[in-house]
Amino acid sequence: MKITFTLNGTPQTVDMDPLTRLLDVVRETFGLIGTKEGCGEGECGACSVFLNDHLVNSCLVPIGQVDGCDVKTVEYVRQTDGGRLLVESFAEVHSVQCGFCTPGMVLASTDLLRRNPDPDEHTVRQAISGNICRCTGYDMIVEGVQLAARRAREAHGSHGAHGPHGAEKDEAS
Amino acid sequence: MTTVPNKMETNKTENKTFRPQTLKEAVVFRRDAGAIPFLGGTDLMVRYRGYSGTLPKLTGPVLFLDAVKELHTLRQDGTTLVIGAAVTYADFLSVPDLPWLLYRAVEEIAAPGIRNRGTVAGNICNASPAGDVIPPLYVHEASVELARADAGGAVETRTLPIGEFFRGPGKTVLQPDELMTAVHIPHLPEGQLYYRKVGTRKANALSKLSAAGYARVEGGEVRDFRFALGAVAPTVVRVTAAENLIIGRKVDSLLHAASTGTAASDILSAAEQVIRPIDDQRSTAQYRRTVALNALTEFLEQIVRKTQEQRSEKGAKT
Repeated sequence: MKITFTLNGTPQTVDMDPLTRLLDVVRETFGLIGTKEGCGEGECGACSVFLNDHLVNSCLVPIGQVDGCDVKTVEYVRQTDGGRLLVESFAEVHSVQCGFCTPGMVLASTDLLRRNPDPDEHTVRQAISGNICRCTGYDMIVEGVQLAARRAREAHGSHGAHGPHGAEKDEAS
Repeated sequence: MTTVPNKMETNKTENKTFRPQTLKEAVVFRRDAGAIPFLGGTDLMVRYRGYSGTLPKLTGPVLFLDAVKELHTLRQDGTTLVIGAAVTYADFLSVPDLPWLLYRAVEEIAAPGIRNRGTVAGNICNASPAGDVIPPLYVHEASVELARADAGGAVETRTLPIGEFFRGPGKTVLQPDELMTAVHIPHLPEGQLYYRKVGTRKANALSKLSAAGYARVEGGEVRDFRFALGAVAPTVVRVTAAENLIIGRKVDSLLHAASTGTAASDILSAAEQVIRPIDDQRSTAQYRRTVALNALTEFLEQIVRKTQEQRSEKGAKT
């Protein structure tokens, strides 16, 4: 079946079984290997991508449901202002050890910071609760996200960095 | 624009899928092809997953329902909240005035990436006894709307109380030609609410047990009481016999007179009748039975405490 979608800003058409996982399309068909396969069942978040700007686990999305949609992977996100700040902050405070969870962490953190430019620790932990890291113990990742958030706020003036969705409704619930 | 060649192995004929935009097309395909309804896929893609890099082992045609416009409805119908089957958990959480019990249940389901795909209707149709949205729906006395194509191909619907939808673990009364289209959730009159999910870790863990409750107290007497338990029986259950003992009872006699922190023994033994848990990989029957009764006791204690607080506030004012 022919499926047309936008991948990292470029229109693409593939011809394949509609049940093929988006994860496999991204990695195998397009060679975008920043997106990882960890568990293959939606538990670990290593395969996170944006589907129409929503964070999803690409191992659970059949390509048939992607027709007409917009997909962004870590290769795109890391080129954006917010993505670059996250990558730099992660490197600076050692949020990365083996690195396998990092692309998923960057995506989940990007999703959070678009909605909430100044998340407290609890809110960061909730935002990355679908991403498993077996190295860091998470503390350094939380620190990395908050460092990136602070730098983004400084770059945008003190309060201005609200994302396209506005501030998060119920932070620190 | 060129078509990117498929580098992946394909050694069988392509799976048959259909992704309609209207409910009419959806119910006709469901009937004619006997297709499996597929919303966010957060259960199906796990249940039918193959080895890494291979296709999910879904046999038979698949009906993708995410693009059906009618299934995205989200409206207040008088005092009832109506949510379409394709409304994701994330969209559901953004509903203004979302009932508290449902907010509590859904905000603790899985993690953000799953909540962007999973749906309330999918959680119901999956019919797990541990489905987290189901106990609150029992307490709200919600109903489910099912649709099929009639002989002429027009959409025909029926509505069932949530408690009549389930037959057992993974088993429902949904017919092979039917689709769930919406869930109707009546708002509760003001009262006391209780929600408790017991799991191994906060995110992504399936529940060992979950409980939801509602109580309305007037003049020191319980006027309405509802308590539902998940993962303690083949389906989610209400503790009806215990509820009947509680309704009409004075708040002062809900707890055991002699030992603090224990519910009255007739209430506990009535509740125990419907608690038939099993041992499985997540917990044991013994643990579930104990914690289920503890949850009921905790809610009764909450009711007693709040009623006393209201009394002393009143006393202080006069």
